[in-house]
Amino acid sequence: MKIGVVTFPGSLDDVDARRAATVAGAEAVALWHGDADLHGVDAVVLPGGFSYGDYLRAGAISRFAPVMETIIKKAGEGLPVLGICNGFQVLCESHLLPGALIKNHHRKFICKDQPLRIENNRTAWTSDYDANHEITIVLKNQDGSYVADEATLDRLEGEGLVVARYLDENPNGSYRDIAGITNARGNVVGLMPHPEHCVETLTGPSTDGLGFFTSVLKAVVAS
Amino acid sequence: MARVVVDVMLKPEILDPQGKAVHGAFGRLGFDGVADVRQGKRFEITLDGEATEEKVAEIRKAADTLLANPVIEDYTLHVEADQ
Repeated sequence: MKIGVVTFPGSLDDVDARRAATVAGAEAVALWHGDADLHGVDAVVLPGGFSYGDYLRAGAISRFAPVMETIIKKAGEGLPVLGICNGFQVLCESHLLPGALIKNHHRKFICKDQPLRIENNRTAWTSDYDANHEITIVLKNQDGSYVADEATLDRLEGEGLVVARYLDENPNGSYRDIAGITNARGNVVGLMPHPEHCVETLTGPSTDGLGFFTSVLKAVVAS
Repeated sequence: MARVVVDVMLKPEILDPQGKAVHGAFGRLGFDGVADVRQGKRFEITLDGEATEEKVAEIRKAADTLLANPVIEDYTLHVEADQ
């Protein structure tokens, strides 16, 4: 079972994402933005960071990287893809997920331990969580405010596509407290907070993030 | 060489934190009577040759796919007259 993690110019959390994949029991494979070959991986993580310095819009340039052409095609065929933070922005720019992420409404960078509720545990990346499981993982972002038009938000809620919602205070102005969403098939998930930083007690506030990586192992075995 | 200008603005219903920050600075600097500030992006695209209909259509395509995100932004495009 191989989880590929893409490195774009400016990715920051690719190493942590590979480590999380390993801790979960997978083989982590480093993928390069300029290489369209996915090297036989069973799932892909688009990590956090500031790819291309967030120039133009966060994720807007990465979305056209050669590796993304393959990922967009394979995601359509069911390949599990998790976009974390900047990766979530890339997924929205790629139109694999609806909506967009804009600057935090308070205009400051956030770095905190953030409580979340997992509202959809039927995706490839969240099946190891209980329904409405409350977890605390790291949130660190600048452009983390999830926005979409009312019709899209209603559809996301109506079809149960909101994967995670912020608890307590809304940290970044995201519409309807949305922290993460999925596509109808449940193989593509975008999440603003960082599960990959929360897989070991030495360095994270919890190990609550590990479930994303153990979930996808089961999803791949099951398929 | 002709120049095509693409002006990109956040849609009116999308919050613009950068514009709000600029608006806040207006107040601190004593520029009164300003109700709102919204910040956009301007792209000045210099073509190799004339701005033919075909070339402008290409730039429009670039604006649709890259320069603006239609989910949150609108854009206008015009060809600048030769200096």
